[in-house]
This record gives sequence, structure tokens and C-alpha cells, in this order.
Amino acid sequence: MTSPDTAAKAVQVADLSVDLGGRLVLRGVGLQIRQGEVVAVLGTNGSGKSTLIRTVVGLLPAARGEVRLFGTPVPRFRQWHRVGYVPQRLTAAGGVPATVHEVVSSGLLSERRLFAPLRASQKQAIDEALEIVDMAHRRKDAVAELSGGQQQRVLIARALVSDPELLILDEPTAGVDLASQQIFADAIRARVARGTTVVMVSHDLGPMDALIDRSIVLRRGRIVYDGPPHASQTHAHVHHSHGGEEPGWLS
Amino acid sequence: MTLFQLEFMQRALIAGLLTGLSAPAIGTYLVQRRLSLMGDGIGHIAITGVALGLLTGSAPVLTAIIVAIAGATAIELVRARGKASGDVALALLFYGGIAGGVLLIGLAGQGAATLNTYLFGSLTTVSPTDLYVVVGLAVAVLVVAVGLGPQLFAVCQDEEFARVTGLRVQLLNLVIAVMAAVTVTVAMRTVGLLLVSALMVVPVATAQQLTRSFRSTFVVACGIGVVACLAGIVTSYNADVAPGATIVVLALAGFVVAATVGTLIRRRQGRVAPLADEEPEIGVPEPVPHVVSAGHPHAHNPKCGHAAVEHGDHVDYVHDGHLHAAHGDHWDEH
Ligand SMILES: Nc1ncnc2c1ncn2[C@@H]1O[C@H](COP(=O)(O)OP(=O)(O)OP(=O)(O)O)[C@@H](O)[C@H]1O
Ligand SMILES: [Mg+2]
Ligand SMILES: [Zn+2]
Ligand SMILES: [Zn+2]
Ligand SMILES: [Zn+2]
Ligand SMILES: [Zn+2]
Repeated sequence: MTSPDTAAKAVQVADLSVDLGGRLVLRGVGLQIRQGEVVAVLGTNGSGKSTLIRTVVGLLPAARGEVRLFGTPVPRFRQWHRVGYVPQRLTAAGGVPATVHEVVSSGLLSERRLFAPLRASQKQAIDEALEIVDMAHRRKDAVAELSGGQQQRVLIARALVSDPELLILDEPTAGVDLASQQIFADAIRARVARGTTVVMVSHDLGPMDALIDRSIVLRRGRIVYDGPPHASQTHAHVHHSHGGEEPGWLS
Repeated sequence: MTLFQLEFMQRALIAGLLTGLSAPAIGTYLVQRRLSLMGDGIGHIAITGVALGLLTGSAPVLTAIIVAIAGATAIELVRARGKASGDVALALLFYGGIAGGVLLIGLAGQGAATLNTYLFGSLTTVSPTDLYVVVGLAVAVLVVAVGLGPQLFAVCQDEEFARVTGLRVQLLNLVIAVMAAVTVTVAMRTVGLLLVSALMVVPVATAQQLTRSFRSTFVVACGIGVVACLAGIVTSYNADVAPGATIVVLALAGFVVAATVGTLIRRRQGRVAPLADEEPEIGVPEPVPHVVSAGHPHAHNPKCGHAAVEHGDHVDYVHDGHLHAAHGDHWDEH
């Protein structure tokens, strides 16, 4: 591992504010994530975790400040094959049925040329991703006919299939049973060992807990704790009792 | 002379074949995005395009396609904004399209008969030039719909995820809108502008009764579209009615059949294949019936003289041809 100062940054967030419907949902968030780090983003419902994640992947515009991925500002970032994203939930399923296999294969689009069929290696990658989430036997089933946890596993497979360097996960294991969470955590561990960076929102880290290098706690759109994982809960608590305004544990 | 030897019927059938393929192809994407009525809106707007062609003496197919593309682009831009007022804006656009079209056709001195051939299709009016335009446009639509299938699928399935994979979502949405506009023009001579949307949506809804994947829905819908168009054109010739009506009525009949068959199939599958937790569990022992030996004053022990038999985790005693096992304060028959 390289030292913190020289290591390349996967995600850089500088003085980020995000405006949703006229409200500042994020205020002055600053954050640097090195390549290979595994970061948990914690906080209560509505604290701005999804907003941060969605701004980092370029789905929401920054009202102020800037987000960089691998050194490039997000509006100009083009190497999306380096990023895997699991949204908090499947946004509005379509009006036509789609199978598990079809949904997972759309995770490969960033590296797929126009008018080109799937290559054999890509088909194999789809099979492997389906194995990881234990959905290979349901590959031909319509996604809309799966349970919530099974759908979530499909979304995880869709993000893993391109083997990205940076995984950005918004509550990936919400509603996923413990055995599948364990398999997912093992898959993430193998990727982290190869140098994958992980940013993950979760209320219940479960088997992922042991992998976390660092946690960030959001409260009302500000970072109130940024540091080693296990102190996070208590520190954040002490911190906000002081008013939550001072820079305190901000990096 | 059979109807297949009539030149105008040959042209009508070729146009019908291509319409039957391209309308459901683009319709699958529209239905997936829950924009089933977009084709209808574009069809209304295209009426003004046809009228402009008749008024200015240029080919109605060309003016229709220009106005339809402009209209589809406007619809897509309004939709992408996602404003509540967008709904009203679309309604204004649609009704403006019809009213403007009827007004302009009146000004052009053309009667309701001419307008009707564009609204509900017409077998006899597909000219050789029309046919070349229709073939070229339909092939273009099909190449895009099939070739960009994975990209268009991703955009329609989960727009946000598609954006994070780096797809140019706005551009692809615009491609879908323009393809829908082109398809409306292609279908104009066969099913007509008022019923084109039915040919985009009904075969897809029909296919869905029987399919589970996007790809099979796409293929089956195109097949249904072709059958409905060709059969509708032949029926229209024999019955001497507008082809648009026969095509759509046939497509709807197909939907009713497929919906019935689909329900029956699903019901049977549900009966045959149990849910995972209804499957008999293997290796789990049956619950042991618990029979208390009535009136058993004797207390067995290793030295009581009754033969002791190992039985799993406990010992049974052979007692008058029965097996007795200790259970709390009483003895069970085993
Ligand atoms: N589209 C929107 N328009 C206006 N406000 C919004 C919008 N989306 C979210 N918000 C507000 O932004 C705040 C942060 O929302 P966000 O989804 O980031 O929360 P979260 O931390 O992810 O919560 P959860 O744990 O429930 O997922 C909330 O107060 C919410 O009400
Ligand atoms: Mg959230
Ligand atoms: Zn005895
Ligand atoms: Zn006895
Ligand atoms: Zn007993
Ligand atoms: Zn016994």
C-alpha cells in the first residue's frame, strides 16, 4: 500500500453543496477517498447519503463545489467503465418484462461498442456475476417477478459484472438475507484485495463491517465524522452535542 | 388475376410488411418507457405535416416526416424537463396538430376523402415513390432498433443507471423519439395516422402475455405486427374497408386470444410448479407421533429384566411386545 499522501485519489469532493427542490441537501461537504479504500457512509434517513452518492456519480448537479473521479471533474468524466453503481432501488421498472440476464448485461454497456454483440468473455462475466449473487438459476426469470431482496442482488450483479475499479453502492444489501450478504462481502473482499475502491452507504453493514477502513457520518447534509470505523457512532454523537458546526473530525 | 398480382396490392403488402415490423419494434421501447401514447401524439402532429404537403403541392410523406420529427423532438424535450405543465403542453401540441391539419386541408381545397386516406390508411394510394421512401425509412428504423438494442434497452429500463454507465441518455432518448416519428410516417399509408399508435402498442401488449424477456417480447411483437398487417391488408381488399381498421381489429383480436392463453398457461404453471417453500423437504424426519402408554406403573431401568434396545438418542425397553421409552414422568409407545 502506498502512503496516504502519494496514493491516487479515486473520489475527491470539494466544498460540495447540492440543491434539491430549493433546499440545500448537502452543505460544504469535503471528502477525499484514496484508491483501494473501503469507506462506509453512515447517517440517519434523510441525512443526505443518497444525495452525496448520486452527485458523485453525476446524476445530480452540484450547486457549489466540485466532484472529481480519478482526478477528472465529473461533468467531463468519460471513463465510466471504471465505476460500478448500485442505486438505492430499481428506479421504475419498465413496462416490458426484462430477464435477470438482460438487466445484468446492461452493466457491461460502458465497455460495449455500438452495434456489437456480446463477446464470449462478456457472457462469462455475466455468468460469474450471477453466481456471486446466487441468481444464476433465475437468469431467465423476469426481474419484476423477483422478491425485493432478489432484485437487489440483481442490481449488485449488474454493478459487479464490469469488474470496476470504484464501486459506489447505495444500501446494496438492504433486504438481502444474511447468507447472501456474506457471499457478497466475500466477493467484495476479493476485489478489495485486488485494489478496488468501495464507497458504500449502509444502515446495517453486517458481514461487510470487517472490510471497512473508514466511515463517514452525515448529518443534515454535513459531514460530522470522518475517521476509523468503530469509533464513528460514539464520536458522531459527542460531536453533534457540541452543535455540529465546528470542523472537528473533518479531514 | 389474384390480388397478389395487382401492382398496387404488391406495394401495399410490402409497405404493410415493413410497417408490421417497424411499428412494434419501436413500440417495444415506448411501452418499456411507459410512453405508450407517444405514437398517438406524433400521429396527431403529423396530420398538420400531411396538410402542409397537400397545401404546398409537395409530397405529403416528406412534409409529414419533417413535422413529425419536429413534433417528436418537442415532445421529448417537454418530457425530459419533467415539469407538471409539460402534460398540458403536450395536449396543446396534439390538438393543435389535428385542428391545424384539418384547417390546412380545407384551405388546400381537399375534401374529407383525401384526409381519410391518411388517417386510416389506403391500399390504392401507395405510389412507387412512396414505397421507396417507406422501405428506406423502415429499414433505417429497424437497423437502429436492433443494432442499438442493448443501449436503448438500458436507457428505457433504468435511465439513471444508463447515465452512470456513460451512455448519452439524452441523445438516445431523442433517437427513440425520432424513430417513433419516422415510424409514424412509414405507417401512415398502411394503418393511417390515427391508428398507428395501436400498431406500436397492441402487438407488444400481446407478446407480453406469453414472454418473459425483453428480447423475446421484441421479436414476438414484430411477428404479430407483420401477421396483423398482412392479414389486415388482404381483409381490407376483400371487404373494401380502410386497412387501418382491419389491421387494428385483427391485432386486438390477437391480444384477446393471447391474454386468454397466457392466463391459462400461467394458471397451469402455477399448479404444476410449486413455490420453493412448497417443495417437499428431503431428509427432514416425519414428526414422531407421541403415544403415551396408558397405565404403566412399572419403571424400566437397565436391570429391570426387559430387553433394552438402542433407538437413536435413547433406549427403548421391550415390554409385552411393545417398545417403551422414558419421557418425563411417563412412558411412551415407540
Ligand atoms: N427530489 C428531491 N427534491 C427535494 N428534496 C429531496 C429530493 N430528494 C431528496 N430530498 C431531500 O433530501 C434529503 C436527503 O435525502 P437523501 O435521499 O440523500 O437521504 P438519505 O441519507 O439517503 O436517506 P435514506 O437513509 O432514507 O436513504 C432529505 O431530507 C430529502 O427530503
Ligand atoms: Mg438513501
Ligand atoms: Zn422394565
Ligand atoms: Zn413398559
Ligand atoms: Zn411422552
Ligand atoms: Zn424409542
